[in-house]
Amino acid sequence: MKILVCISNVPDTTTKIAFSADNSTFNATGVQFVINPYDEWYALVRALELKEAQGGSVTILHVGGADSEATIRKGLAIGADDAVRIDAEPNDAFAVAEQIAAYAKDKGFDLIMAGKETINYNGSMVGAMIAELMNLPFVSLATKLDVVAGVATIEHDIDGGTEVVECALPLVLSANKGMAEQRIPNMKGIMSARTKPLQVVPAVATDKLTTITSYELAKGRTECKFIDASTPEKLIELLHNEAKAI
Amino acid sequence: MSVLVYTEIAKGKIKKSSLEAVNYGSRIATQLNTSVTAVIVGDADVSELGKAGAKKVLKLKNDKLSTLDGMYLTAAIEQAANAEEANVIIFSHDFTGKEMAPRLAAKLKAGIVAGAVENPTISGDAFAVKKNVFSGKATAVYSIHSTKKIISLLPNSFPVELTEGTAEVSDFAVNLDAVNSPIKVKEVKKVTTELNLPDAELVVSAGRGLKAPENWGMIEELAKELGAATACSRPVADMHWRPHHEHVGQTGVAIRPNLYIAIGISGAIQHLAGVNGSKTIVVINSDKEAPFFKSADYGIVGDAFEIVPKLVAAVKNFKANHN
Repeated sequence: MKILVCISNVPDTTTKIAFSADNSTFNATGVQFVINPYDEWYALVRALELKEAQGGSVTILHVGGADSEATIRKGLAIGADDAVRIDAEPNDAFAVAEQIAAYAKDKGFDLIMAGKETINYNGSMVGAMIAELMNLPFVSLATKLDVVAGVATIEHDIDGGTEVVECALPLVLSANKGMAEQRIPNMKGIMSARTKPLQVVPAVATDKLTTITSYELAKGRTECKFIDASTPEKLIELLHNEAKAI
Repeated sequence: MSVLVYTEIAKGKIKKSSLEAVNYGSRIATQLNTSVTAVIVGDADVSELGKAGAKKVLKLKNDKLSTLDGMYLTAAIEQAANAEEANVIIFSHDFTGKEMAPRLAAKLKAGIVAGAVENPTISGDAFAVKKNVFSGKATAVYSIHSTKKIISLLPNSFPVELTEGTAEVSDFAVNLDAVNSPIKVKEVKKVTTELNLPDAELVVSAGRGLKAPENWGMIEELAKELGAATACSRPVADMHWRPHHEHVGQTGVAIRPNLYIAIGISGAIQHLAGVNGSKTIVVINSDKEAPFFKSADYGIVGDAFEIVPKLVAAVKNFKANHN
């Protein structure tokens, strides 16, 4: 089985977010970048488990500049066989999907996987867009994935529950928590990652349909009002009369 | 050229998030001097769509629409959008919206903003739309500059407003002969809880401070008395004290209820990212230095095992006096 895992380069989850003085761009100074957790912990690790059980290959693909190569090498250290970096700035979901679809269309991948969303732009868009551009089925928010004789059985989250579907390969899916457990790369993996192939592919022309014009930090709370632990019923009063929450 | 809004039925009723989306579409339609056409699959009383602001309701008809398969549903919505000459299409940013809206956007080459939290600012042919980014730590304004535009609205961003309006309802036959999806639904497992966490207006959440899974009885009781959904922090889900679908935070579900009560949760930045859109936050923690208090509106420092039972009694008392 030939698997493609799309990975995004995102600020570590503990990052304190900051923007440029005019709030037009994200300030990446001093920020530690990592593989988007949904792409890594769930999609990539499950892809590796399937490869280890059934054979085949796992390629990781990233759309971005040369500064994301350290993140790509981490994916190789975890166990991907090879990596592709499409040399384009990932600043619009549709443009990213067009880059990935243009690369993947004649490569014969059986499975194309991505995380359910990135933790920086939280769009949940690229997987479904790749599927549409390649005219493939798409299963969102997958929590379990098995493949037997070219047919995938997938459990995924739906409104108010879960659903089990079967689908003949090829297909595109987005991975949610539960699909696999995080893997920490070992020394052998880190050493071998240095020499694994990382191919840089030039960008194709794409459509850019949206642009971010400004950012704003979320507003903090004014001040916490403390209620004495001996009179918690006061909280209910305040929630009703002041916050009007109940 | 109407504004098209995709709507859904759950438990025989129009979903609240769909009514929010119709309200939202109707505010855009007013600015564009046009009206809202809602599309829906399945049979139910759709009069609430008219009350929410739709002038027309198209019931999409094709046997292939019996499951929510993206290949079929996006083709069906595309046909309805063409028939209505709709350049603006609205979804709720819920499970279906997250799957369908981007697929339809790629089909139509429509610029999309997924998870909008405010009404768009319209100037000429461009829409400026605000959404949450960095898992709720910030917002960004996106300019959509394509002719066709898709916006999915984050649930609970606006209260539902209903009027006495009515909509003209008709069937819309969809042709899906050329579309064949290989996806076969084998089994559907509904979660037994009555309240769906992302839709809940009140949420009671607990963390490691509860010490053991058998201590959740009082949390469930408080939630039941308030009519709230239950949630938990990541460590609690990872230790399998609570089911994964209850995990709220950066890598779990992001929620924005009217009231979020966090009990025995210290408030790691990843947890805050998933809940700081809540309108009112209450934190109950035995550690007065817990970082969560900095992001709370109301706090109680003390032992949850003493406070929560008192709160349950206080809520019961409150309900008895405010019948």
